[in-house]
Amino acid sequence: MVEIDQQQKFQNKIDAEIKIEPKDWMPEAYRKNLIRQISQHAHSEVIGMQPEGNWITRAPSLRRKAILLAKVQDEGGHGLYLYSTAETLGITREEMINALQDGSARYASIFNYPTQTWADVGAIGWLVDGAAIVNQISLQRTSYGPYSRSMVRICKEESFHQRQGYELMLTLSRGSEAQKAMAQDSLNRFYWPSLMMFGPHDTESAHSASSMKWKVKRETNDDLRQKFIDQTAPQIEFLGLQHPDKDLKWNDEKGQFDSGEINWDEFWRVINGDGHCNRQRVQHHINAHKEGAWVREAMASYQQKKKSKAA
Amino acid sequence: MSAENLQLFEIFLRSRRGLDHKHVGSLHAEDHEQALEYARDVYTRRSEGVSIWVVKSDDICASQEDDSESFYDPSNDKPYRLATYYQLPDEVNNM
Repeated sequence: MVEIDQQQKFQNKIDAEIKIEPKDWMPEAYRKNLIRQISQHAHSEVIGMQPEGNWITRAPSLRRKAILLAKVQDEGGHGLYLYSTAETLGITREEMINALQDGSARYASIFNYPTQTWADVGAIGWLVDGAAIVNQISLQRTSYGPYSRSMVRICKEESFHQRQGYELMLTLSRGSEAQKAMAQDSLNRFYWPSLMMFGPHDTESAHSASSMKWKVKRETNDDLRQKFIDQTAPQIEFLGLQHPDKDLKWNDEKGQFDSGEINWDEFWRVINGDGHCNRQRVQHHINAHKEGAWVREAMASYQQKKKSKAA
Repeated sequence: MSAENLQLFEIFLRSRRGLDHKHVGSLHAEDHEQALEYARDVYTRRSEGVSIWVVKSDDICASQEDDSESFYDPSNDKPYRLATYYQLPDEVNNM
């Protein structure tokens, strides 16, 4: 009975747009759902450093290198905000890292695609960060206080990521024929996977209903995806590139674009571990974590030494 | 610590659900519990807060403002980390 009262009180708070804070009572399923979503978000930030990191040493100018380095550093910082946010729900960093490394936790499937050319750095900033921003702006209104606050912080830092990416694409598409072709190729490869970032259709999404009821998510996968499609179409046109979706058509009645169907077989294949880079991404994380062990050990032993000196 | 010289606590208030706790001041108390009650009495008399954090002042480790140049440097020389650094044509500037 007490449990039922608490459930009701909890849902009343949610319905009244009152944020849930770490020490409040919450249903176990809400806590689990949040841990899953926030840790997945954190893993995405951290794994997302790899595809772009691939180009830091080969950036075409010092300016571009400094920008890319700063962007990749930001992603690491965003990972930190999000891991800490998940920790307010009672899970440890170690448990989350283990889940990432043993494959039981996911990260955004987009990062399993390889970065084959320099233009991919532009396409990622513009499209991948662009899609992430659409999602994260919506999540600023999520019901869990710490998650909402970290989204506000992240969105503030994120807009430079998208703008530098678009600026890079604009430079290429106003450049030589070869540069323009490189931009087009990159757009072709990253457009569809960016749409997949919003997840399955609402009718297929396993977590959507409870996430919406608890206001963990504020807008559905399909609504957010539509926003992204609508905002991206004129940006592609301005670049003077071909739109990768041949079925894209303005629908006057709806006031939005109609678009072609996503290749869902590819989506599920990549999510379930069979993208180009899944194994490499996780293995790289495992290696980096192992290779960094001496730093953590050195920190711990320094701490010990300081303590014994003080005693 | 004596009856005349209690521990100092720093008080943080959340003015509204969903916002961060903000530092509002400090006070003397015997322990955390007492600090919490005093903070309620002193700092929330006009509905200033819905949640209070009390932290022993000794437990706060603060940066020194005098060191700020070496502590925060270098950040202002990297303007490319700001969105406004990227000039885009008007047609696509709303990004």
